[in-house]
Amino acid sequence: MKLPVYLDYSATTPCDPRVVQRMLPFFSDTFGNAASRSHAFGWTAEAAVEEARAQVARLIGAHPKEILWTSGSTEANNLAIKGVAAMYRQKGNHLITAITEHKAVLDPMKWLETQGFEVTWLPVDRQGHVDLAQLEAAITDKTILVSLMAANNEIGTLHPIADIGAICKRKGTLFHTDATQAAGKIPLDVEAQHVDLLSLSAHKMYGPKGVGCLYVRRKNPRVRLTAQMDGGGHERGMRSGTLNVTGIVGMGEAARICSEEMATEIPRIRALRERLEQRILRALPDAVRNGDPEARLPHLANVSFPYVEGESLIMGVKELAVSSGSACTSASLEPSYVLKGLGLGDELAHSSIRFSLGRFTTEQEVDFAADRVIHEVKRLREMSPLWEMVQEGVDLSKVKWTVH
Amino acid sequence: MAYSDKVLDHYQNPRNVGSLDKDDPNVGTGVVGAPECGDVMKLQIKVDDSGKIVDAKFKTYGCGSAIASSSLATEWLKGTSVDAAAQIKNTQIVEELSLPPVKIHCSVLAEDAIKAAIDDWKKKQGATKAAEAKG
Repeated sequence: MKLPVYLDYSATTPCDPRVVQRMLPFFSDTFGNAASRSHAFGWTAEAAVEEARAQVARLIGAHPKEILWTSGSTEANNLAIKGVAAMYRQKGNHLITAITEHKAVLDPMKWLETQGFEVTWLPVDRQGHVDLAQLEAAITDKTILVSLMAANNEIGTLHPIADIGAICKRKGTLFHTDATQAAGKIPLDVEAQHVDLLSLSAHKMYGPKGVGCLYVRRKNPRVRLTAQMDGGGHERGMRSGTLNVTGIVGMGEAARICSEEMATEIPRIRALRERLEQRILRALPDAVRNGDPEARLPHLANVSFPYVEGESLIMGVKELAVSSGSACTSASLEPSYVLKGLGLGDELAHSSIRFSLGRFTTEQEVDFAADRVIHEVKRLREMSPLWEMVQEGVDLSKVKWTVH
Repeated sequence: MAYSDKVLDHYQNPRNVGSLDKDDPNVGTGVVGAPECGDVMKLQIKVDDSGKIVDAKFKTYGCGSAIASSSLATEWLKGTSVDAAAQIKNTQIVEELSLPPVKIHCSVLAEDAIKAAIDDWKKKQGATKAAEAKG
């Protein structure tokens, strides 16, 4: 077993070796510009790009012509949100999203607010779900876009995309979903789920970094976007810039592997996730599982360890590459806005760890990770005044703390 | 974040973790910080009749630097006088542990914990003396 054990697949994944093999010739042998129409170099590159487009389209049930290459999900989200806002401004100036979305959705929305648009920020419940009745009630005749992620990157909760899509369709507003974390993990089908725009990133599904795409519906309705970058008019004029052929080929291959292997791969990873979670929760009954226990990503577990501080825990399990819910490298010690959005107390938000498993995770690694976490939580609890107080029967919520 | 070797050493082998009897009149207890801020320190001292700190214990909920700051504080407290302990400054802790700027608050908390423990001990001493005088 190689240390540290990588359990941060939601941050990024290694490239699948098959993806790398597929990409290699495109660096220096078949290196053409896909936009070159006058020679074989260009034709070969274009053919490879179109094959990749079909591979990615298949993963989400789209038509290849509906896939628009970008540099990643952040660009795809920006293009979807700002592109729709600019194009449909005459129709309305209202957009809807939720407080637990990724920053790449929240920040474009905030920017739009400075440009005269109105944004409704839906709250979520303890498991990270929006209230669909509240969503429906928020849609007005001025609403041009609803953006809600398919799966949350911190807690893994799945939004009921098909239900949300149906509401948006019925109310006549466009629906964008950031499916960065969901792709290759859960089935996606833009037709069945009534999705109009969908963002994907290659490096979350064993492809390379720096490439992603935006699905843009072609009919029922035909979605139009105002380009956010001007230039050579690539990608149907919606995203100029020479195509990253190598990256695109890699993303295509990554999508192909996900489409073909999801049915066998995901049950294996889910079983490992359950094993990890069960071991930890059995040994540490106070630990709290965050997110929806059922409707969530199969490879992700977010657990809070009360009375133990997250950064010290991460430091203690340095043989594990995991994420902390608390970004306390900053002086402000701000806990995760997603966990706070669920209504978790700051102390629980401060002490959470996100484990995300993947294609190359083994049972041995999971057992090692569980043992290390259990050991370290117990050690830190012995050092924790909060744990001691709780053992003495003190109600921590009634203590008068010296907030500094 | 890269931690200094001294922080790592205190984090992995914390000195003087534990608790003293907080009802003992010779024990002073300081609890500072708040769970929602991400750190709580409990620091205790036991003082003999001559004003010398004969024992010190801590428990800390916080990051590695907070644990190291309080662990170091107990090392410095043991064997020193209450008056000298009151002079310990957070900057000395920062220097000894090579804390980066974002972790300076951990040393401030440790200084506050020392002062709170001394104050608690003094208060108890005052109460004991008052009781003795009355009796």
